[in-house]
Amino acid sequence: MIEFSNYDILRNLLFATQWTILLSLAAFIGGSSVALTLTALRLTRNKVVHSLIRGYVELFQGTPLLMQMFLCFFGLSMLGYEISAWGAAILSLTFFTSAFLVEIWRGCIDTLPKGQWEASRCLGMSFLQILRYIILPQAIRVAVAPTVGFSVQVIKGTALASVIGFVELTKVGTMLNNATFEPFKVFTLVAIIYFLLCYPLSLYSKVLEKKFNGSR
Amino acid sequence: MLHFADLLQYSDVFFSGLLTTVELTVLTTILGIAVGTSCASIRQYGNKTSQRVVSIYVELIRNTPFIVQLFFIFFGLPALGVRLSPWEASMIALTINLGAYSTEIIRAGLASISKGQIEAAKVLGLTFRQTLTRVIFIPAFEKIYPALVSQCIIVMLGSAVISQISVEDLTYAANLVQSRNFRAFESYLVTAALYLGLSILLRFAFNSIGKRLFVYREAP
Repeated sequence: MIEFSNYDILRNLLFATQWTILLSLAAFIGGSSVALTLTALRLTRNKVVHSLIRGYVELFQGTPLLMQMFLCFFGLSMLGYEISAWGAAILSLTFFTSAFLVEIWRGCIDTLPKGQWEASRCLGMSFLQILRYIILPQAIRVAVAPTVGFSVQVIKGTALASVIGFVELTKVGTMLNNATFEPFKVFTLVAIIYFLLCYPLSLYSKVLEKKFNGSR
Repeated sequence: MLHFADLLQYSDVFFSGLLTTVELTVLTTILGIAVGTSCASIRQYGNKTSQRVVSIYVELIRNTPFIVQLFFIFFGLPALGVRLSPWEASMIALTINLGAYSTEIIRAGLASISKGQIEAAKVLGLTFRQTLTRVIFIPAFEKIYPALVSQCIIVMLGSAVISQISVEDLTYAANLVQSRNFRAFESYLVTAALYLGLSILLRFAFNSIGKRLFVYREAP
C-alpha cells in the first residue's frame, strides 16, 4: 500500500486543478460563443427565433446540470455516438453556460431604453451601425460584471464532471479520500482550492459592478 | 430507436424518487429561507463581529461547489465524530447552501428599505412587531421575491447531486432504472422532463404564494 504524505495529497490535488481550470475555460469559451450567436439571433426580432431561444433557456435552466451530463455521456453513447467524459462534460457545460449567459446578456440589452434604437434609426443609422456605435458599447459595460460573476458558477459546475468520471479536482478528491481515509483533510483542501479559484472572480465582479454603477 | 415503454414498469421507482426530491426541496426551502432571513438581518442590523462571521459563511459557501460541500459534510464530518445519514447530510448541505445564497438576496431587499420608512412607522405609532413585518420584511421580500424563487429552483435542481451519496431521489431512480434495463437515454430524458416539470410547478406554486403574501397593496 502506498502511503500518502500531505505533500502528495496537495501535489495530486493541484495537478487535478489544472483540469478543472481547463474544463472551465473550455466551457466558458464554448458557452459564450453559443450565447453570442443566440443573442445575435435574438436581435433580429423574429418571433419564432425568440420563442425557440426562450425554450432553449427554459430547457437548460429548468433541468439539473447533472442530468444534462448524464444525457450527454451515457445517453449519447447508448444511442451509438461514442463520447468521452471530457467531451460530454464540455458539451453539457456549454449548454448550461450558454443558457444562462444568453439570459444575462438579454437583460443587459433590454435595460437600454428603447428610445435609443428609435433615435438611432431616425438619424439614419443602419442596424449594424446602431449595434456597433450605440447599443454594444453600453450593453458590454453593463454585461461585464454579471458575466464575470457567472464564471464562478461555471467553475463550480465543472465539479459535477467528476460524477461521469472525468478526473478533475473533485474526482481526485474522492480518489484520494478512498486511498487515504482522511476525508476531512482531503475535502477541506479541495474546498480551499475551489475557494481560491472562485473568490477572486467573485470579488472582481463586485468591484466591476461598483465601478459601472458609479459611472452611470 | 427510443423505447419509452420499457420505463413503464419502473414508474413506481420514478414516483418515489420524485417524492423524495419534492420532500427535500420543500423542507430545505423553508429552512434555507429561515437561515437566510436570520443571517441577512444580522448582516444588515447586527454588530461588526457578527456581520463578519455571516459574510465569511456566505462567501465560503458561494465560492465552493455544492458537491464538495456535500462530500465534506457526509464524508468529512464523521472524522470529527459527527455521524449523519445520507438524508440528514443532504438536508443540512442543501439548507446551508440555500441559506448562504438567500442571505445575499434578502440582504439586498432589507437594504432597499430606507431608514425614513422605519422612522415613519415609529412616528405613526406602529408597534415593533408591526414595523418588523409590515414595514420591513414584507416590502423587502416583495422586492427580491423573483430572485429568491429562482434561487430556490436552482437549489432544487442542484439537489440531483445528493444521489451521489445514495439518497434515493429522482436522479438515483434514473440511475437505478438505467442500470436495470440499459435504457440510459430514455431514463435520463424522462427524468430531465420530470425535473423540468417540477421547476415549472415550483415557480407556479411560489408565484401563487407570492400573490397571497403581497396582497396588501390592493387594499384601498
